[in-house]
Amino acid sequence: MGWNRKILRINLTDATIKTEPLNMDWAQKYLGQRGLATKYLVEEIDPTVDPLSPANKMIFATGPLTGTAASTGGRYSVITKGALTNAIACSNSGGYFGAELKFAGWDMIIFEGKAAKPVYLTVIDDKVELHDASQIWGRSVWDTDEWIKKRHQDPMMHISAIGVAGENQVLYSCIVNDLHRAAGRSGVGAVMGSKNLKAVAVRGTKGVKVKDGMRFLRAARDAKKVLQENAVTGAGLPTYGTQVLMNVINEAGAMPTRNHREVQFEGAHDISAEAMATPRKSDGQKNLQTNQACFGCTIACGRISKIDEKHFSIQNKPQYWHASGGLEYEAAWALGSNTGVNDLEALTMVNFVCNEQGLDPISFGATVSAAMELYDLGLLTQEMTGGIDLKFGSAEALVKCAELTGKAEGFGKELGLGSLRLCKKYGRPELSMSVKGQEFPAYDSRGIQGMGLTYATSNRGACHLRSYTVSSEILGIPEKTDPLATDGKAALVKAFQDATAAVDSSGLCVFTTFAWTLNDIAPQVDAACEGEWSPERMLEMGERIWNMERVFNNKAGFTAKDDQLPPRLTTEPAQTGPAKGLVNGLDKMLPEYYALRGWTSEGVPTNETLSRLAL
Amino acid sequence: MTTSTAAIPVTLKLYASLGVFLPSGSVRNEAKVSVPNGTSVEALLDQYGVPREACHLVLLNGIFQPPASRGGVILKSGDAVAVWPPVAGG
Repeated sequence: MGWNRKILRINLTDATIKTEPLNMDWAQKYLGQRGLATKYLVEEIDPTVDPLSPANKMIFATGPLTGTAASTGGRYSVITKGALTNAIACSNSGGYFGAELKFAGWDMIIFEGKAAKPVYLTVIDDKVELHDASQIWGRSVWDTDEWIKKRHQDPMMHISAIGVAGENQVLYSCIVNDLHRAAGRSGVGAVMGSKNLKAVAVRGTKGVKVKDGMRFLRAARDAKKVLQENAVTGAGLPTYGTQVLMNVINEAGAMPTRNHREVQFEGAHDISAEAMATPRKSDGQKNLQTNQACFGCTIACGRISKIDEKHFSIQNKPQYWHASGGLEYEAAWALGSNTGVNDLEALTMVNFVCNEQGLDPISFGATVSAAMELYDLGLLTQEMTGGIDLKFGSAEALVKCAELTGKAEGFGKELGLGSLRLCKKYGRPELSMSVKGQEFPAYDSRGIQGMGLTYATSNRGACHLRSYTVSSEILGIPEKTDPLATDGKAALVKAFQDATAAVDSSGLCVFTTFAWTLNDIAPQVDAACEGEWSPERMLEMGERIWNMERVFNNKAGFTAKDDQLPPRLTTEPAQTGPAKGLVNGLDKMLPEYYALRGWTSEGVPTNETLSRLAL
Repeated sequence: MTTSTAAIPVTLKLYASLGVFLPSGSVRNEAKVSVPNGTSVEALLDQYGVPREACHLVLLNGIFQPPASRGGVILKSGDAVAVWPPVAGG
């Protein structure tokens, strides 16, 4: 139970739809979602496959708690080989799509091959069909959502789609569900586009069964109480959202600014949660309209924003005049301080465009930032950008870049390559702030040392959600550690990575871990699923998943040389703030990390480690 | 010559729900204030009525101040104290 024990296999090349039982032996080792779908992927594809070729596969996967009464139990993930990174990719999203897929009776959908012409898939309980998508190919995520609901006369459908960015195989394009929730990173949208798959629309009416209903409800109730009574998940996140970090991280001197040239942004307050909640001078309205929850979530950290209709960025563009998904911290940082832009309305507009066209705002913002540095150095000229004056701090340039990138028009075509390929093209690969080709999130690792190791070793390329040591190093959750120290960070990163892999395989949101530990999560899994699921077993499973992903990457060609940070982080000291004079101490942390992992000095899991983890 | 009772300028920054404790007229969640020489971080926050239990994250010039040390850390001229209630993000 928890699992529906059924999966869909869609071969897009020959348009066949098959059902098969979920491999329950694997479910006992990998639980669901990230872990279980990764097991399917690594068993079924060649790790060296071109991610944009028909030989790559793409899996939409739920966890056993997706669609249940557990708080935040609405998550699903897209697992594939990443277009941006050529590494294992797992992008996780909230909203309502994942729960709906479970209600329809399925645990996951495996997509194979490539359709001859654009198609979309509908899953209405047991009725599963492929349809011609020629009328929505070339249209936005938002138009696609509306068109499919009208076409099938069902406003209750939940739809996951690519925008034009995915169709054009922008390498950091994402998959957007429920209009503004996204499987955001590593270019999963480009993989979907390469398969000529425009959208997946689901409608389910079956509900989800659990092993022991009464025990599950008690466990879920107890865990909800923990979230409610915790000051962060019960009050801080719903009220201020993730954007409250803008001033925190800036004050701590870890705010990447102007492509990581600096670590503090003078305009941080202008684009913060506090600014979003303050009436604008221009029209007296607040940018932030309300918060919003995903399926089953009792935290409700989502932001719904509305842009001033007179703002230059949306004049005569009514598609942006309504309230929609607003800035989260990661988007606000990447589009804001990293480009030097402090115009909150412009950032919100660009965030809307990212949702509409299906772009990862982190990688998009970071790529624009890298281009701005190339422009600043004279390696890009206004002629080469098609007339865009690509100065740091230019809101106009940022907006123009957003409008061109998803459509792959003009200079947007180059921005769609991502920062590493762009910087290589202009002879300065070291100016790409990325690991394994994926751009950094919102923390400068000179000011938060553990995040340097997190980025360097993340299996899907630089990522904060694989090991959020900010929680400990800055926020003091579960306990405070010194952000400027390297001692103890290898163990901290490993612990976060293993626990997060377990959470990502359950169907729950990782934000619960600001209040929950595996001691709160395991009883819910144990009551819902066959097998005895203790916190210890879940942690071991997390370690197994991490190593499985690593082995895939090693086979795909990644080595210890790919576990490195750009030289800016390790040779150019921070100029201001608490980290002034410091670089990231990755060289001190990485060997200890390999040893703790049971890997060789080349970053390869030893046979003993693989055997211990039953891999 | 500075005496023990001379006032020194410091910057007080109160964020999220703590913004209401800033002096009126404050902008961008901060205020330049004067405190007597010898004032501790904790005394500054007490002076502005910020509930101690709400002071989850206290940074002095960007450096975390654990609750136990806030009463013993004496402010210097030009220091910046930034405070948040329990918050998180990602």
